[in-house]
Amino acid sequence: MTRPFLILSLATVLATPLAFGQDTVRVEPTAFQGPRPLASQTQASVIRDYLDAWKSLSAALDQNRPDLLGQDFVGVARDRFAQTIEEQRKFGLSARYLEPSHDIQIIFYSPEGLSIQLVDNIEYSEQLLDRGRLVTTQPVRARYVAVLTPSEVRWRVRVLQSETQ
Amino acid sequence: MNRWLTWAVAGLILPVIQPALGQSGDLNLPRTVVAGTALSIPVAGSGQAVLYIAGPSQVIRREVMPGQPLSIAAEELNNAGHYVVALVTQSSTQVGQFDVVPSTQPASLSFLARPSRLPVGLQNSISGAVYVFDVFHNLITTPTAVSFQLSVPAGATQSRTVETRDGAAWTEMDSTPKEGNAKFVAQAGSISTTRVIQEVPGDPCGLKMSAHQVGDKVQLATDPLQDCSGNPVADGTIVTFTESWNGSQTSVDVPLKHGIAEAQVPAHDGANISVATGVVMGNEIHWESRE
Repeated sequence: MTRPFLILSLATVLATPLAFGQDTVRVEPTAFQGPRPLASQTQASVIRDYLDAWKSLSAALDQNRPDLLGQDFVGVARDRFAQTIEEQRKFGLSARYLEPSHDIQIIFYSPEGLSIQLVDNIEYSEQLLDRGRLVTTQPVRARYVAVLTPSEVRWRVRVLQSETQ
Repeated sequence: MNRWLTWAVAGLILPVIQPALGQSGDLNLPRTVVAGTALSIPVAGSGQAVLYIAGPSQVIRREVMPGQPLSIAAEELNNAGHYVVALVTQSSTQVGQFDVVPSTQPASLSFLARPSRLPVGLQNSISGAVYVFDVFHNLITTPTAVSFQLSVPAGATQSRTVETRDGAAWTEMDSTPKEGNAKFVAQAGSISTTRVIQEVPGDPCGLKMSAHQVGDKVQLATDPLQDCSGNPVADGTIVTFTESWNGSQTSVDVPLKHGIAEAQVPAHDGANISVATGVVMGNEIHWESRE
């Protein structure tokens, strides 16, 4: 095995823990399907924009403000979360997603470069409040699948869907 | 430091909590519910209660009478995701979690195909990527067979079947030898989506001209231009005739018309006349007057 290949292999095998604000973020080596190479700059942009989207979503669901979704979400994801906020407002509810711990892996980069897919094994505490009164706090471990598409200046989340890990 | 201490303590406690949550905590909940199906949650105790079902994708709040099961009607809980549940009575709170999972029946496809126009006969030059969704536009993450077909009228069909991974499938195909509008179809279950790929002739192959004298000119004409697969090259393609004689050079650019390019150049004994289009060179004629 040649030396450059060995170095490259180590670099891709080691997961990368990163600090994004107070969140814990771990980025796994990419293991994606598809023929299109993923530039490191693109990967960094996707991860950054995805984490920004989570912050926007948390704030939007906490404050019941759908306007906070616009920059980071598009299509079905934006419509769906806006609808949740509308329901929360109607019921007098709000939700907090606290101390998320992300474990992210990019799994698909479509050949034409117009979509990228990642999975995020995430842990957080979900607090549900009814008219400001705490109803429940529950630890959640879930596997999120996200599809992001490029817009003018950033990647925006088009699909964000969870299931139990 | 405090944060690490919190996580360390959580690490000790979570293994105890998680098995209980896996069984939906105090509430008797199914582990998974298919999106859009009805759900019944038994409610124990006395007095009024409020049931909450909450996740980023949907939230439900319902006042319930204890002793009566709470019914979530079909097509009420449609959005796939992980949900926390709390049943709050005056004296207690029961909790649980469950997943709403997508239906396995595809209802729509998001089909990205590239490019929209390309020359014939190129390997792995057409790509298609598909995301498969159910009727509620949930991404179907269980493996689903997607078939891709590329065909042109009166040409062979290329087919490939790919299984989705986490809702996505992709393929690459060759552009066909025959020009025309190719139909690129992706199908999952009974749902199909079509994109049209315009396949145009490639570079001309075997460019050849002939010459004959007309008065004091040489009349030049190419044979009908075709690409290497036998497709006629599009009219309007520029063909260049060049005459070199006595140290000077004259070029004439003409567009292809009805598959043929024609031009006249002065008849000079000893002139060399060549023809080219794009990067493709044709034959060369050494002109000698036949008079």
